[in-house]
Amino acid sequence: MTRVLLFGRLSDIAGWREKTLEPAPARLSELRALLTTDDAALGEALAAPGVQVALDQVLVRDDAALSPRSEVAFLPPMSGG
Amino acid sequence: MISLTDQGFDPGPLLSGFCRGRAETGAVASFTGLARAEGGETKILELEAYPGFTEAQIGAIAETARTRFDLQDLMIIHRIGQIAPGEPIVFVATAAAHRRAAFEACDYLMDYLKSRAPFWKKEHGPDGARWVEPRAQDHEDIARWA
Repeated sequence: MTRVLLFGRLSDIAGWREKTLEPAPARLSELRALLTTDDAALGEALAAPGVQVALDQVLVRDDAALSPRSEVAFLPPMSGG
Repeated sequence: MISLTDQGFDPGPLLSGFCRGRAETGAVASFTGLARAEGGETKILELEAYPGFTEAQIGAIAETARTRFDLQDLMIIHRIGQIAPGEPIVFVATAAAHRRAAFEACDYLMDYLKSRAPFWKKEHGPDGARWVEPRAQDHEDIARWA
């Protein structure tokens, strides 16, 4: 089971903030493909420049292997202060 | 100390507390960021964080600042949730032996909090809501520290 989290504008585009995928995809690229198949607009937004990915709360730049219980968060450009 | 809070805070007592008991600190600098009304365009500012990850990323930024500016101490308080215009969003205080390090560390921390800390900001106004994207100025600000 993979836990997927969306932040900022990404959750507005998708209409959800959090979902679990069962069976768990084996790789981040596979997870992206699944989400894009469900919702092309979301897939495009996730691939946009400036959107970072945190795998189990660590930023990853490239494709990565997922464990059966990974938490994957998609982070649009950050804006604090 | 690093803290996220969904409650309003008063920067005055935070600064007084931060200054107390510092026989070897020559300089304390602080910054308070307030929510702007944008001429009535923003009724409520909503700040989203990623619990756990946001604190960890701010912690990493703080450690870099502590080393780079030889800080004795620092404090970062950041609001999350719904914030009304005029309310404090962020409070940063730095303590160092001398003023330049305290000033610069405060400036550095704010630049990193603006565009490297995991927060997402939504402005709710009379014409609906919009997500705030980092501005070109924010990227230029952070580039000063490279």
